Amino acid sequence: MAMSEIKHHLSDDILMAYASGNLPEAFSVAVAAHVSMCDTCRATLESFDAIGGSLLTETAPVETGADAFQSVMDKIRQAPSEAPVLRNATPDFPTPLSDYVGESLDEIKWQPIGMGVKQSILHTQDDATARLLYIPPGTAVPNHSHEGLEMTLVLQGAFADETEYFSVGDIELADGSTVHTPIAADGQPCICLAVTEAPLKFKKMFHRLVQPLMRI
Amino acid sequence: MSLDEQTKDRDTSLLEVEPATPAAHDPYLKGVSDLTATSSPTPPDVWARDIQSVATEKNVAAFERLFSHFAPKVKGFLIKSGADAALAEECAQEVMVTLWHKAHMFDPTRASAGTWIFTIARNKKIDAIRKQRRPEPEDVGWGPEHEPDQEDVIGLQQETMKLGQAISNLPEKQRNLVERAYFGDMSHSEIAAATGLPLGTIKSRIRLALDRLRHAMK
Repeated sequence: MAMSEIKHHLSDDILMAYASGNLPEAFSVAVAAHVSMCDTCRATLESFDAIGGSLLTETAPVETGADAFQSVMDKIRQAPSEAPVLRNATPDFPTPLSDYVGESLDEIKWQPIGMGVKQSILHTQDDATARLLYIPPGTAVPNHSHEGLEMTLVLQGAFADETEYFSVGDIELADGSTVHTPIAADGQPCICLAVTEAPLKFKKMFHRLVQPLMRI
Repeated sequence: MSLDEQTKDRDTSLLEVEPATPAAHDPYLKGVSDLTATSSPTPPDVWARDIQSVATEKNVAAFERLFSHFAPKVKGFLIKSGADAALAEECAQEVMVTLWHKAHMFDPTRASAGTWIFTIARNKKIDAIRKQRRPEPEDVGWGPEHEPDQEDVIGLQQETMKLGQAISNLPEKQRNLVERAYFGDMSHSEIAAATGLPLGTIKSRIRLALDRLRHAMK
């Protein structure tokens, strides 16, 4: 994916939750997709990985089985390196997303949800839901907001609300308490990846993630 | 000055930065993991070179050193994460198999060996213990035609050491919180415990390395 000027980023809390492996799968798709497009967030993420690395380095060793090394060498000999995955030279989506939806926008099986808006839900674990949204130019982004954490990553086109403009690569974070009416920009349809929490899980995730930003 | 001489010079200066017992620097000595498990400060990242030897020449001796040092730590990490001993053993072995196959993806200007192995172990934990898929960002790596700058590698190693020291120096209660967040699945609000860790400089270094990488890829 081409890098572009990204203005709206992930929060430190979310990047740290992803680094430590504590984010639901659906949110992880959006985080991995944004990080694929944003070196600012990639650098932050990798610095949080470094905390995990330091902890691992200091972990007390637990002896492995007597034949562990031999067994690993056998596995390496039996399963030679995987052949590199052949990818389209100009995929429509970053790879963590195309692993779920394919590489081409034309392959998406859309489901109309009214006002010309279409959606396609990703197959992830059900503690949060990730969907692609197709919003015609000038049309309001459907209010998929209930309560809880919500992420919207722009993949094509742009949308704007009263105060802010989100274009390709930008990610909007909301907690459901913000009342706003984003509208797809004129010109071309807006395609985004929208992730919401499963309603019943809301309280737990809300307290986990919607916290004052950690300063680093 | 040849590249080899430069590398040698920098290796020497690195040793001067962090004086410690010779054994703590030498990955070739048996029993080094016992010395480093609790020692602080963390020794320089000699393991990064072993990963690169695995990547470039499929060096089994380097891989065996990495195995002896890291496989028991990965096993300990997985047990702390809730795996029983048998599952932890199996997963630790799979982590090492992945290390072998993906060694060419390791970028020592952005991660220490320990950090990179942590990310493999974390993904294995999500996959095997949590039974979830782990979406990962698109890979960016140097590829065969470019070599990362040694100065960047050493800079990253120094920042990693500082971070390791800062984590060791956290009050025990805070340190436990950080550890449970990364090894367990504790609630994230309490991760604020990590506030104050010197992440700004390591983040800038990684960002610089990414900029260089993007430039080299053009």
